[in-house]
Amino acid sequence: METNTAILLSIIIPLLAAICNIYIKKHPNLRDSITLISSILTFLNVCIILYNVGNNTTDTMILFSVASGLTISFHVEPLGLLFALLASGLWIVTHIYGVGYMRKNKEENHGRFFACFSLAIASVMGIAFSSNLFTLFFFYEALTLTTYPLVAHKGSSEALKGARTYFGILIGTSIGLQLIAIIWTLVIAGSLDFTRGGILLGKIEGPLVALLLFLYVFGIGKAAIMPFHRWLPAAMVAPTPVSALLHAVAVVKAGVFTILKVGIYIFGIDFLKESGASYWLMWLAAFTIIAASLIALTKDNLKARLAYSTISQLSYITLGMALATSMGVLGAGLHIVMHAMGKITLFMCAGSIYVATHKTKISEMNGLGRLMPITFVAFLIGSLSIIGLPPLGGSWSKWLLILGAADRNQFLIILVLILSSLLNVAYLLPIFVKGFFLGKKDNTPHKSLESSTLIWLPPAFTAFCCLVLFFVADDILLFLTPIVSLE
Amino acid sequence: MSLEAPHNLAFSLSDHLPILQVLIPFIAAPLAVVIGNRIIAWWLAFISSVISLLIATTLLGKVIDGSVISYQIGGWAPPLGIEYRVDSLSALILFLVTLVSTIILPYAYKSINFEIPKEQHTLFYAAYLLCLTGLLGVAVTGDAFNVFVFLEISSLSTYVLIAQGSYRDKRALTAAFDYLIMGTIGATFFVIGIGFLYMATGTLNMVDMSNLIKGQESLSTVRSGFVFIVIGIGLKLAIFPLHFWLPRAYTYAPSAITAFLAATATKVAVYMLLRFMFTIFHPNFLSKISIFEYIILPLAIMAMFSASVIAVFQSDFKKLLAYSSIAQIGYILLGIGLMSETSLTAAVIHIFNHGITKAVLFMGIGAYVLQGRGSFLSDLEGIGKVMPWTSAAIVVGFLSLIGVPGTVGFISKWFLVKSALEIGWWPVAIAIVLTSLLAVIYCWRVIETIYFKPLLSKKLTAETPISMLLPIWVGALACIYFGLNTEAIMTTSQMAAKSLYAGSFGSL
Repeated sequence: METNTAILLSIIIPLLAAICNIYIKKHPNLRDSITLISSILTFLNVCIILYNVGNNTTDTMILFSVASGLTISFHVEPLGLLFALLASGLWIVTHIYGVGYMRKNKEENHGRFFACFSLAIASVMGIAFSSNLFTLFFFYEALTLTTYPLVAHKGSSEALKGARTYFGILIGTSIGLQLIAIIWTLVIAGSLDFTRGGILLGKIEGPLVALLLFLYVFGIGKAAIMPFHRWLPAAMVAPTPVSALLHAVAVVKAGVFTILKVGIYIFGIDFLKESGASYWLMWLAAFTIIAASLIALTKDNLKARLAYSTISQLSYITLGMALATSMGVLGAGLHIVMHAMGKITLFMCAGSIYVATHKTKISEMNGLGRLMPITFVAFLIGSLSIIGLPPLGGSWSKWLLILGAADRNQFLIILVLILSSLLNVAYLLPIFVKGFFLGKKDNTPHKSLESSTLIWLPPAFTAFCCLVLFFVADDILLFLTPIVSLE
Repeated sequence: MSLEAPHNLAFSLSDHLPILQVLIPFIAAPLAVVIGNRIIAWWLAFISSVISLLIATTLLGKVIDGSVISYQIGGWAPPLGIEYRVDSLSALILFLVTLVSTIILPYAYKSINFEIPKEQHTLFYAAYLLCLTGLLGVAVTGDAFNVFVFLEISSLSTYVLIAQGSYRDKRALTAAFDYLIMGTIGATFFVIGIGFLYMATGTLNMVDMSNLIKGQESLSTVRSGFVFIVIGIGLKLAIFPLHFWLPRAYTYAPSAITAFLAATATKVAVYMLLRFMFTIFHPNFLSKISIFEYIILPLAIMAMFSASVIAVFQSDFKKLLAYSSIAQIGYILLGIGLMSETSLTAAVIHIFNHGITKAVLFMGIGAYVLQGRGSFLSDLEGIGKVMPWTSAAIVVGFLSLIGVPGTVGFISKWFLVKSALEIGWWPVAIAIVLTSLLAVIYCWRVIETIYFKPLLSKKLTAETPISMLLPIWVGALACIYFGLNTEAIMTTSQMAAKSLYAGSFGSL
């Protein structure tokens, strides 16, 4: 299949799935199978693109032109392809989990839920393959709009309040700051195309570079840099599959992906390095890493703790870009994958615990591990990967980030990264420990609380993937190398 | 102008298009009264509206390349005779007015049945046709006094049309009366201004007047004329401190009329403002008296902020939209006030884009009202579940009002911000996005109410009848279509902006 057709199909298939979800009301099994098939097809499509293109960059395909200079157009480049692979692959896993979760938990409005889910995936595919900032902005906003009903899904006043925060911050930052940054870029550079080496070199200088970067970084609210991080914990009112795929993988990664794209293809790493414009961002990211970890420590609600952990981990990626070295950027790219795999495992485990016991508080989970061994072992593996211990995927990205910081002689940043790992240990491992070693022990055999296969298998699978990622990290790095080399 | 010499004699029907544009609804109006059957009256209105749309489209097609159509009534050459003159700006306004009218009439057929007693219908459609005539006439004529005549035709019929809302809510009468007073003051100012200009130039033809005014700009007669005209139009246009008539008029008029007026009447007033400021008075004169920095821009920004803030606190959906209209007029004025080619393009685009967006929204709220709900937000809780299609169209309208990519609203906002950044006016760009955020707040209040609040079951309602739903969705799809395929509107607007910027009537 032609690559361009495959790009379009990877957006169209989820769209079709969304339409099926709205119209097939009476046959839930049929509806969910169609979505499953769509997710597999989407993934295969992205695989075909991978097979066709490898880690090259394809020519831009202009879908249509909105006005002169503003086009909706797509291309394939390594970072975007990696993101698309990740999102579409994990969609399959999350869909299976989501069907189990929504049914077991007796949630309502399945059709609307899965329709919005598919629409969100279509938007993510658009973001991944966009070849200019306008296209990216278009799909970025579409992603915000399509995920809003998912956060407000329950319709309770708490859900509405959370959804309002979610929508307010994401739309507010994107229209208030990002849009201005994009138009400013267009005015000074005359183009919005993602170009290797950036398009701003020589067009802007001095403190204005830092100002433009400021507008971008805060305008991309999805990257959850403090102080615009409040939407992420607020979004935790959504059903867990949403938290798992969207708020650990798709939406937040769309945010940091956008930051990386802007850093690499709009500013250009060398330009950032020479102008020193990203220096402040490095410290802000470091601050977010530590502050969010500290807040996570205080949270007793498991999903809230994971949300703050996500905020902290996202800033690793922003930090990698702000370091403006090849190592840093590669580490950031790699961390997108590693963190996604680890965090989705943790969220799915949290959802499993909720479905089985309706417990959300960590302090109530004493002894649960003995009843749900698979879930808790998967949770342990995910935690270790987030902490960054070998032999799990997360160790590589942290290693590269530390190397990047060493390149820039930022030893304080190295300290921050190490301290953050220790904090990760402090807020993630107690959950496992409580589950297995605390609580009253009785020797009477008890019934396992693991729910249906649909619910425990997906986190077990992603936990296994965390392990596999440790061994293929090198290949992923090799795959990503073109984004930092200038031919 | 030697260019127009061969046009003295018109041989074929297509040469008569400018006059037919006005004549068809003008003749249909008395015909509707004479025949006296309400169904025939609707058909007359609809058919003349469709024909007008066809004519406007043809005219737009003819002038999109930047040419000008000059039509001499009765073969009397200007400046002695009355000239009708169509350039890209007037063609775009003609297109907007006729398009909105054609979309709204099918909607009006059902909604008027609910709101107005049957024996009034023929008179209603006659007044509607006269209003249409007036609005089209203002845009098509090249004669300053003729503008006044058509303005009065449209205004007088508008007062009548707004008062028709009194069968639903008696407050429509006072709203119409307020508007009558304000509108008449505005028209008086306007005609006094034209009188001054006539004193100075001795002509009423716009092109001629423009040529003769050059060099006389320091005369106090000319300057007073300018002030009278701008204030007169400002009242019709609801420029910020002159806007008091608008919210009440929009709230209590019949739904179809609100939609029609919100989409067209203020837009035609903007057209008049542009025409008088840029064509008759040269842009150089405007810059010399600093009207942009000291009057237009501050008023525009004040309108954007204050009206948006007021909209946030409205509990009546119609009032909320009315205040949002005042804020949106602020955006258009902002485009004019920034005074560059890009910003004028943005202003002209926003005239069109905001017209269709507001038409959709006002038709949508009209549908809610007719289905037995009021227009208060507390009456609309959970209505998204019983009227999914209407509500979805309203969401599209809101997205366009906010300026989400993929809708027409985004295009206008994009070019407004761009024009502000091009000349380095940062605070203005920030003002634009800040007021967009205010729009997010007031739009989202409504969306939350209609979708995520539990349904009030005190009255069971059903989806809007298809004959009303269809027009709403045609409008909603137009919001998306013109947001993705901007070429035609864009080219026309750029052409219009270029000729305005050069201070001419069409020719560059």
